[in-house]
Amino acid sequence: MIETRGLRKSFRSRAGRETKTVEAVRGVDLNVPAGEIFGFLGPNGAGKTTTLRMLATLIEPDGGQATIAGADLLTNPGEVRRRIGYVAQGGSTWDESTGREELVLQARMYGISKAEAQRRATRALEAFQLSEFADRKCKTYSGGQRRRVEIALGIIHEPKIVFLDEPTTGLDPQSRAHMWDEIRRLRADGMTVFITTHYLDEADALCDRIAIMDHGEVVAEGTPADLKREISGDVVQVGLDVTATGEAEKLLDGEEYVNRLELLDEGGLRLFVDEGATAIPRILRRIDSAGLDLRSIELHRPSLDDVFLTKTGRSLRES
Amino acid sequence: MKLARDTWLIFQRQLNLLLRNPVWVFVGVFQPVMYLLLFAPLLKPALGAPTQAEAYKIFVPGLLVLLAIFGGLFQGFGLIAELRAGVIERSRVTPISRLALLLGRSLRDVVSLIVQAVIITLLALLFDLRVFIGDLLLAYLMLALIALMTSAVSYGVALKVKSEDALAPLMNTVAQPVLLLSGILLPLAFAPGWLQGVAKWNPFSWAVDGTRALFNGDIGNDRVWQGLTIITVLAAAGVYWAARQFARSVR
Ligand SMILES: Nc1ncnc2c1ncn2[C@@H]1O[C@H](COP(=O)(O)OP(=O)(O)OP(=O)(O)O)[C@@H](O)[C@H]1O
Ligand SMILES: [Mg+2]
Repeated sequence: MIETRGLRKSFRSRAGRETKTVEAVRGVDLNVPAGEIFGFLGPNGAGKTTTLRMLATLIEPDGGQATIAGADLLTNPGEVRRRIGYVAQGGSTWDESTGREELVLQARMYGISKAEAQRRATRALEAFQLSEFADRKCKTYSGGQRRRVEIALGIIHEPKIVFLDEPTTGLDPQSRAHMWDEIRRLRADGMTVFITTHYLDEADALCDRIAIMDHGEVVAEGTPADLKREISGDVVQVGLDVTATGEAEKLLDGEEYVNRLELLDEGGLRLFVDEGATAIPRILRRIDSAGLDLRSIELHRPSLDDVFLTKTGRSLRES
Repeated sequence: MKLARDTWLIFQRQLNLLLRNPVWVFVGVFQPVMYLLLFAPLLKPALGAPTQAEAYKIFVPGLLVLLAIFGGLFQGFGLIAELRAGVIERSRVTPISRLALLLGRSLRDVVSLIVQAVIITLLALLFDLRVFIGDLLLAYLMLALIALMTSAVSYGVALKVKSEDALAPLMNTVAQPVLLLSGILLPLAFAPGWLQGVAKWNPFSWAVDGTRALFNGDIGNDRVWQGLTIITVLAAAGVYWAARQFARSVR
């Protein structure tokens, strides 16, 4: 549905007398199949918005190619515009207009007739639980209500693909959960959804597949589960008496499901396994049958942050 | 036709927003009305005009052209607010005609200018100004073209500089000499030769002369068609240039 090859963009910015070149996006290759929620995860300044703006025809790439919903980005941007929706990071509604007016205008800008535009606006307002505020000026909306209007604007023309730049930033946990449901509903309607986020849990829970971006490059791509498995598998931490630790080490070191094993200073073992859920019962049985006194057992699954850490040497939480 | 439909769409939207806050039309007309009431009465003796009506025939056209120039040039500020709100970017990802994004806005400005011009003309009637309706409509056409040009240029510049802080001094720097060199407040007939020579290069000076001729009932005067032609060409060029700014990448 979206295919890009070597997409690049750099900006020249002037600070005083010096001109500096920022390489915002340096060669992005993506392949997003139809019907999935694809996430772009990365810290501030990674180049997520710049990539999205290129794909949405707002800025011209310095190099590379892209095909979006079957239309070529460089030679046929007009057709790309007809097939996509785009919701900007920074908002797009006018203070003095009402939500309904914005929706009707948006539909009509896509060439939809007035009557049909009004029908669609009403439907969208209901779907996004906005009917109550529909005829109030946008400036009176809460942040979350306004964000919902903006998402509704992005899909009023029923595009094949919608780009959502940080759809949940600034929302409270409850509104975020609602927004996730709404985004899943879009997928259920057959839309391909491309979101950016810097929330690990959002990428994990919402996205079918993600690309991790850092300094203008995609450093990893895959399903959240694959990415996490790829780096280390799960870690099972077993708490034992210092005296029992040596024996347990002998018992478990040879087991075929244990990839690697570390001793803990305070007593106990750290076991690196592929699949914690299936390893734990076997570990338990082994320790039990040897009559060792087990104090605790903990499963640690790698997070996307661990993935980011392995790929970039930095933690996403710190950056 | 797509362009006409898209233009109408943007025009309606902009006009609706303006009507929601019509006070701006009156704020815009306030200053010229002050000139009309408090400055124009000095003109009869100053110009040596035989009657009050004669003095108004000279002054009112200049005042209207002034209104058209300034009213247009400062429309860019509204656009910068729209840029900041993300409304322009939102429009640019839709397939709407880029020319329509400009024309819809500029036509709204033209309509609001004409409303202001009518208010001022009606007030001037109270001071014995008399104009033949056909001449007046032609003069309004001239004003509409001026406003179309100045508002388009203002939008184009706004899209280029993207900040009020840059737009305000720029517009003032352009507007002041243009204003002084067009004989808007007093006819350039009073000016020394060199000043008249410089003013010849100011297209607005031709427009002012043309408008004055129309208010004087002198429709056959060469300045009428010359002024209209010059302003039409400039308006077309301004619209073309500004529409390209709408099509270009903006941030
Ligand atoms: N118009 C511009 N002019 C100059 N530099 C720019 C411009 N737009 C983006 N940049 C720079 O390009 C880099 C990438 O910016 P971008 O907005 O794509 O990041 P992002 O991943 O969306 O970050 P965030 O999570 O903060 O939204 C940044 O260093 C930014 O400063
Ligand atoms: Mg961003």
